Formats: sequence, structure tokens, C-alpha cells
Amino acid sequence: MMLTFEDFPPGHFGTFGPRRVTREEILAFAAEFDPQPMHLDEAAASRSMLKGLSASGWHLCSLMMRMMCDGYIGRTASLGSPGVNEVRWLAPLRPGDDITLDVEVMEARVSRSRPETGIVTFKSMVRNAAGQALCEMVSPIIVARRAGAAAEQAG
Amino acid sequence: MRFFEDIEVGQRRELGSFTFTADAIKKFAAQFDPQRFHLDEEEGRKSLFGGLAASGWHVGSVCMKLLVADGQRAAQEALARGEKIAIWGPSPGFRELRWIKPVLAGDTISFASEVESKRASEKRPEWGILQARNTGTNQRGELVFSLLATAFVPRRSAGG
Repeated sequence: MMLTFEDFPPGHFGTFGPRRVTREEILAFAAEFDPQPMHLDEAAASRSMLKGLSASGWHLCSLMMRMMCDGYIGRTASLGSPGVNEVRWLAPLRPGDDITLDVEVMEARVSRSRPETGIVTFKSMVRNAAGQALCEMVSPIIVARRAGAAAEQAG
Repeated sequence: MRFFEDIEVGQRRELGSFTFTADAIKKFAAQFDPQRFHLDEEEGRKSLFGGLAASGWHVGSVCMKLLVADGQRAAQEALARGEKIAIWGPSPGFRELRWIKPVLAGDTISFASEVESKRASEKRPEWGILQARNTGTNQRGELVFSLLATAFVPRRSAGG
């Protein structure tokens, strides 16, 4: 059964992970998309504000996306996302960290322009094994409503 | 890269362009965003996107790639002029990311960055905080991507 709009009432939705992030993954992503010394080079990273090698913030966001996909979006009637309201990078993601994703539904509303769909806004927080908050993301996705839901409401 | 003092509100930099091939779209999606419309042409055509569409995180990551490349070019130019180069700090986050139109296989997106505001950091006097609107425009001139980014930028006066 695919999850539909009705399966996302406001409140805590789920916890996903943990997922190990290796040094090799961090270096590979940084080399392709974010080749700043603080993400690629130990010596330069130790002199940076983050005081040690850390993953690109875009890598962390992409990993959060993957954890959402594996956790629930993969079995959700998702039609995509219009964007991201806010991302806050709170602490660096280090090589070897095990990350866990906590997902809360902040708001769920029926789309005015497409009443057969709804917009579900999530607040997702990723933490390392020590429980330290690394990144918070507020982002909506468009989700199909249960078959006939729009007609029932109209009727 | 430039120092805080060298940056003016309203300054715009063209960051260059990137063509999203079907292979690159599928490779990124398989790793980070394995939704059917990012992995398969036929599923993409049946979706709201109307074709094989790049993950939004792929588009954002490519924007970052071009921002870093532009910063490295600027640093090389500064070095060639015998100037000190600025090493930018990390970003505390971003707001208002909009995936305005789908980026489909074969699309070429040109990215740009325009400075919206700058201020001194209260907690870290050697750093300034910059906000810039980063955008992506496709080969038909349509805005497809926009985000309000924040970054720590070193101050020229601080390091000595």
C-alpha cells in the first residue's frame, strides 16, 4: 500500500537510520561537488572554522534525502517537491559518524490548485551517534490524496 | 576568493553552466534520491515533470560546484596580481530554495550569484556574514532554481 496524504497527520512521523558515513564517501562527494579544502584535506580542515575534516553540507542534505527515500518517500505517492523553506547546518558531519534522522510533520494541507493532492511540510533533524544535532531541514512535498478524497469533499 | 571588504551588495557573478546528462541524473539519483522520475525516462514522462528530471539536490550540488570553481578562479587571479587570497568559511545554512521548473535530461543550466546583504559577525570579529541569491537559468532563459545562501567570509582587516 502506498502512503497518501491522509497518512501524514501533524506530529512525530518516524526515526530513520542509523547510517554510517565513511571518509571515502565524504571525499568523493566533495571532490565532485564541493572541493573546498575543509572537505578534502585534513591539514587545511584542521585550520578551518570546523576544526577537522567534515562533509559538504550538500552531501549531508543529499544523505538526508536518501534516508527519507528509504524511510518513507519510496513508499509514498509523492509527486515531487517545490523547494526547501530552510536548512540550518548546525555542526559538522565527521568521517565515520552514524547519522539518525528524526522526521516530524509540521503541516498537512490540501492543495487549492490541485485538490487531488496535498502539501505535507516536514521538519527533519539529523543527529550523529552522540546525539548532537547536525542539520535541520524544513521542506514540503506534494503527496497524492487517497482515491476519491477530492470528490468526497466536493460532494 | 574575495574578502568581506571587497564585496558589495548587488554584485553579480556569472558562475558558468552545466549540462545535466541522463547518465549524470540517474547516477546522482541512484545514490541519493532514488525516486522513479529521477531514474527512468518513461516514469519521468508520466510524472508532473514531463521527462527524466534531475534530483533537486543534484541541481543544488551542481550550483555549489560552480560556486567553488568560480571562487578558485578568483583566487588564482588574485594570486597572479600578487594579492592575498581569502579562504571562505563554512555556511550556516540557506533559505527559500525553490525548484521552480524541472531540470530535464539534456538541459544546460547557467548559474549566477548576486549579493543581497552583508554584515559583520557579532560573535566572530574576524568574519563577515554574506547573503547571496544563487540562481539557475535553463537554455530557454527560464529561471529553474533559486536559493538564498549564507556564508562566512573572512575580513581583510582581521588577519593582519
